[in-house]
Order: sequence, then structure tokens, then C-alpha cells
Amino acid sequence: MAQLQLREAIRAAMVEEMDRDEDIFLMGEEVAQYNGAYKVSEGMLARFGEKRVIDTPISENGFAGLGIGAAMNGLRPIIEFMTWNFAFVAIDQIINNAAKIRYMSGGQFKFPIVFRGPNGAAGQLAATHNTSVESIYSQFPGLKVISISNPDDAKGLLKSAIRDDDPVIFLESEFMYGMRGEVSDEEDYTIPIGKARIAREGDAVTIVGHNKSYWRAMEAAEMLAADGYAAEVIDPRTIRPFDWDTVVASVKKTNRLVIVDESNPFASVSSEIAFQIQSRCFDDLDAPIMRVTAKDVPAPYAKNLMEYYMPSAEDTYRACRKVMYLD
Amino acid sequence: MASETRKKKAKAKAAEGNGAEAKAAEANGKVVEGPEQHSIEITFESYPADAYTHEDLDLSTEDVLDIYRNMLLQRRFEERSAQMYGKQKIAGFLHLYIGQEAVSAGTARAMKIGLDTVITAYRDHGIALALGMTSNECMAELFGKATGCSKGKGGSMHFFSKEKRLFGGHGIVGGHIPVAVGIAFAHKYKGDGGVCLGFFGDGAVWQGSFHEASNLAGLYDLPVVLVVENNQYAMGTSVDRAAAEPDLYKQGVSYAMPGALVDGMDVFSVCKAMRDHIAMARDNKPSFVEIRTYRYRGHSMSDPGKYRTKEELEAKKNQDPILRLKGYILTHNLADNDQLDEIDEAVKQEVMESVEFAENSPFPPLEAIYEDVYSQEDYPFLA
Repeated sequence: MAQLQLREAIRAAMVEEMDRDEDIFLMGEEVAQYNGAYKVSEGMLARFGEKRVIDTPISENGFAGLGIGAAMNGLRPIIEFMTWNFAFVAIDQIINNAAKIRYMSGGQFKFPIVFRGPNGAAGQLAATHNTSVESIYSQFPGLKVISISNPDDAKGLLKSAIRDDDPVIFLESEFMYGMRGEVSDEEDYTIPIGKARIAREGDAVTIVGHNKSYWRAMEAAEMLAADGYAAEVIDPRTIRPFDWDTVVASVKKTNRLVIVDESNPFASVSSEIAFQIQSRCFDDLDAPIMRVTAKDVPAPYAKNLMEYYMPSAEDTYRACRKVMYLD
Repeated sequence: MASETRKKKAKAKAAEGNGAEAKAAEANGKVVEGPEQHSIEITFESYPADAYTHEDLDLSTEDVLDIYRNMLLQRRFEERSAQMYGKQKIAGFLHLYIGQEAVSAGTARAMKIGLDTVITAYRDHGIALALGMTSNECMAELFGKATGCSKGKGGSMHFFSKEKRLFGGHGIVGGHIPVAVGIAFAHKYKGDGGVCLGFFGDGAVWQGSFHEASNLAGLYDLPVVLVVENNQYAMGTSVDRAAAEPDLYKQGVSYAMPGALVDGMDVFSVCKAMRDHIAMARDNKPSFVEIRTYRYRGHSMSDPGKYRTKEELEAKKNQDPILRLKGYILTHNLADNDQLDEIDEAVKQEVMESVEFAENSPFPPLEAIYEDVYSQEDYPFLA
């Protein structure tokens, strides 16, 4: 097992896939000569040359659409957004073109394209640079949505995303790029899209969290362990398709569910999980489902406000104790 | 360079800044300088009407009659579509191309169909028929039938044909222009020799997507011809009410692309212009072509077109591209009236048969709703 930073794992996935398939190219702002705004693509220009690692002007609508056209005409683009916040000016491309043209054409065209970049809160960057976009893209059939929490999943899932013939929204995190973790040495390591990972087994309560929220879930599970309770933590890894079977099986065992989600609460991924689980596990639930989310406001700047804005491990722990009727 | 500019600005500011100082300087007999004036020369190619004969374009008599037949097919197909819309056989939006047929027919004669790619906006019936898509598959799509060119999932605005390399009619104004540039990017990347022809209307020029895409095309030297079919109206808004600079062909200047202005009522002018610019695209030189044309019908079926005068419409009808070509054929003795009537009859017949075909085709089965898209399995809509 190699110890890699998250950024290195993402890079390894891209490099391996680009070595394997000439039709794959990487395009985005500062991906080539600058070696990546977050150094994810470091060294890739030197390795693959300017035909395949391409700097763009600040034109998200333009280069997202360019990637979609290239995919439609036989290539397999990886489009990097410096952050997903900047993809809002490209949202017509992603939602109307990437997600829908295959359908509108009666299946004549396919769209093997990955849009990737960091998602969600990244510190005291104020409201426009701290958006969690997963619930927005998950709304649209046609798009697969992956949100990773560690280097191993990043590598295995990005390789699968690149090989997928549908457009994939791949959500990373500025906060986690430097995080180290073990990554499988297995040759041609892929993780299937649509499979959740049970990170910690337990029978007291199920906690579901993706991306950074996964780590809040793990911290809360640690706190519960100190109280003598074993929480089961599930990282869904892919939001669309969502692995309902794994969460349902867990809730049938624990009879309790807490969801941690750093999105704003209204119509978020946590809303959908709560709906599906109440529908699929109504008779198994011993308590109302609870969730811990960001506050229902734009992200603030001030340090104390930003810390308060984010869902915390402590709140997650409190929610777990509540559904377990301990408090 | 930058410091020079700054110096010039500083100088200009000093001259205009302080009135008293300037007057004093004048009194002292010094010349007061204003900002320096610079001019940019804009050159563009022009393809006026009546400038080319079929012989100039190496078109045989048969070719000219084929073009005539195709333009007439587009016209009759759409006239019949409008009628079928009235009978509620066709629903949704139906944007007619009537008046613009020379653009599609001239383009089809200039390109390598099957190699070159085309992408356009929602007024897409004409180019589809010009590329050789069948009346049957097109009419069936309008009827929403399984035999339609998009299996009944696209409708009027979303004709597609992988075989003819029609990468779609698209419904969001300007949204497909970056896609056009990406299709061209793939041509160049693969080195397949093809070029992409990206069509859009005059309204799309004021979307940011046009400017972003144009810049990328110019920056990466992509094999694309960006073509604005200027039919004078973006829905009900005329070009001069929407454009700070109504000469759209000038838009290429900022993106290092040559511009051209083409009379879109003359199919030979269109053909010549598109040949020239497709040849440039094959050398990875993108360009921007404004084809001035006119739509005789409203924006869509619900548009009475009250924003234009009867006189304007009548004047434009005298330039009807089909009547113009008919006149050319007769003057040059390429065919006589009887032969042209026969063509018209054959075309009407083809269109009638396509209506019958569409009528007799099945609707898509309900299961088809889940096909051709990633959709979450096991996701009941009643739960």
C-alpha cells in the first residue's frame, strides 16, 4: 500500500488512464504550465505534452462546452474546475448539454466526460467560494455524482469515472488535497461507481456522511465509542447512483439514522436520504431520522461564524445520542 | 508596451486635466495635445447575391436541379408541418425555417457530408433535410413517433443524426456554440480531416457563450466555421434593437478570426462562401461568417409577427431564395417550367408520404422513457 496525498491519488488515476487511452485529455484553468491551482496535475504537462494537458482562459462556460463537444465527437475529456463554485457560469453546459443530449438524441451520442474539482467549504472564503453543489447536480438524471473522502477512493473511483460513458461530476475538497492515506497497489485499481463503503461497523446507530462530512461522522463514532456504543459509519462515495441497499441494510440493523451533510439543508442530499430511508425502512426505525447540515445561510467570512456554519462532530454526536434516546 | 501605454495615458490626462494649466499653455504658444487617435482596419470578405453562376462553382445542371429540389423539399416539408401543427398532430414548439433554405442547401453543397459535422439551434429542419436525413424520420420526429430521428425524444428542436453527422438542434440560445468548438477540437485532436460547422441565430451573438467559444476557437486554432444565420429577428427583437454593433460579421475581429458577410438569399453565394471558409477550417483556421437571410414566418407557431410591417415582408418575399433559383434555372435554360413542376409534384408526394409514415408509426413504448439516459434503478416514482 502506497501512502499518497489525495491530490497525488487523483493525479495517479488521471496519469494511469491517460497512459492507457490516447483519447483522454485534461483541460482547465492553470492545469498545465502552472501545474494545477492545487497541484493536482503537477508534472502532467511534462509527461503528456500540450496536446493533452491544456490551459484555458477563464471561460468555464466555454471550456465546459468544449469538453462536451469533444466527448460527443469521440474523445474522453477530463475538465477541471478550479472550484465547483466557478462552474455556476457553466451550469447550462453541464445540465442542458452533458446531462440531456444523449436522451434528446435517442441515445445516438454518448458523453464520456468527467468534470472534477474541489467542492464545498474551503475556509474563510465567504459566500461565493464555499458552496456545496452535490444536491444541485444530483437533481438531474443523466449525471453521475461522485464525492470522495480519501485517497484510495479518489483513485479507484476517478479511474472508473474516466471509463464511464456518462458524464460524471467528481467532487473533491481543497481541505483534503494534502490528506495522506493508503492507496491500493493493485494494478489497474478501480472501484465500481454506485457502491457505498462501510467504514466502521456497529449496531447502535447508522451515520451517513460523504466528503468532509464523512470525517465528522467518524469523529462522532469515536466519541460514541468512548460512551460504549458502536456506531456504523457509511460513506456513500457516490451520490448518484446511490447505494440504497447498503444504507437500508444498516438501518435495519441499527434502527437509527443520522446524516451529516455540509450542504445547506433545504432539498439537499440529506433530505433525499431521509425520504428514501423513511420510505424503505419505516417499520425498522426506532426514532425519527436526524441530520446535521450547514446553517441555512450563505457561508460567512468571520472565523467564529464560519466554524459555527459547518456541521460539527459534536453536533453529530449529539444527534446520535438523541436518536438513541440517551439524552 | 504596458509602460508605454501608461505613459500615453498620463500625458493625455495632463492635457485634459487642468483647464487653467491648459489655457496658460495655450497662451504660451504651446500646442495642447489630446489623446492620440488610432484606427483599426477591418477587412472582411463579401459574398453578395448574383455574383456567382453555377459554372463558377463547378455545379452541373443536375447539381443545380438537386439543390432546387432540396430547397423545395425543405419548404414543402415545413408548410405541411405547419398544417399538421394546426391539426394537433405536432405539438410543442415548431420553428419554421421558411425563407432560409438557401443557407442549408448551399452549405450542404460545400461540405463533406459524413465527415464534416454540423450543429445548429432549434430551427433545424432545413439543415437536417439538406444533409440527406429522410423526410420520413424528420416528420416522424415531429409527430413524436418511435421511428423519428431522435426516437420521439427530441421533437422539432432536437433533430440528431449520427450517420449524417448532425450533432443536433439545440434549444438554449447560444448554449451549443461551445459544443461546436469542442466538436472541432476533437476533429483536430484525432486528425480526422473533418471540420465543424456551427450555426446559430443573430440572437445568440449576444450570449456570453458565443464570445467564450469564439475566443477558444481562435486561441486553439480549431477547424470550425461559426456561422450566424442572421434572419434579422431574435424572436420579436430586430438586430438593431439588440446589437450595439449591428454588423455582426465584425465580431470575429476580437477573436482573431476572419469575418465574412454573405447574402443568404442566393444559394450560390452561400455555397461559395461556405466552400472558402470550410477550406480555411481544414487548415485549422477558424472563421466567422454572417449570412443575412430572412424568415418569412413567425418565430414559432404562436407568433403573429406583428413586429414587422407588411411592406418589409413583401419586399423580402421578392428575394425568396427558391423563386430566385427558379428564375435562374429558367433564364439559364437548365430546365423548363414543366420539369420544375414535376420536381414540385415529386417533392409534395414525398412529404405526403412522410406524413403517412409518421401517422402510421408507433409511439415510443412507455419503457422507452427510461432508455438512453443514466437513471437511478430501483427509484419508484410512486413511493
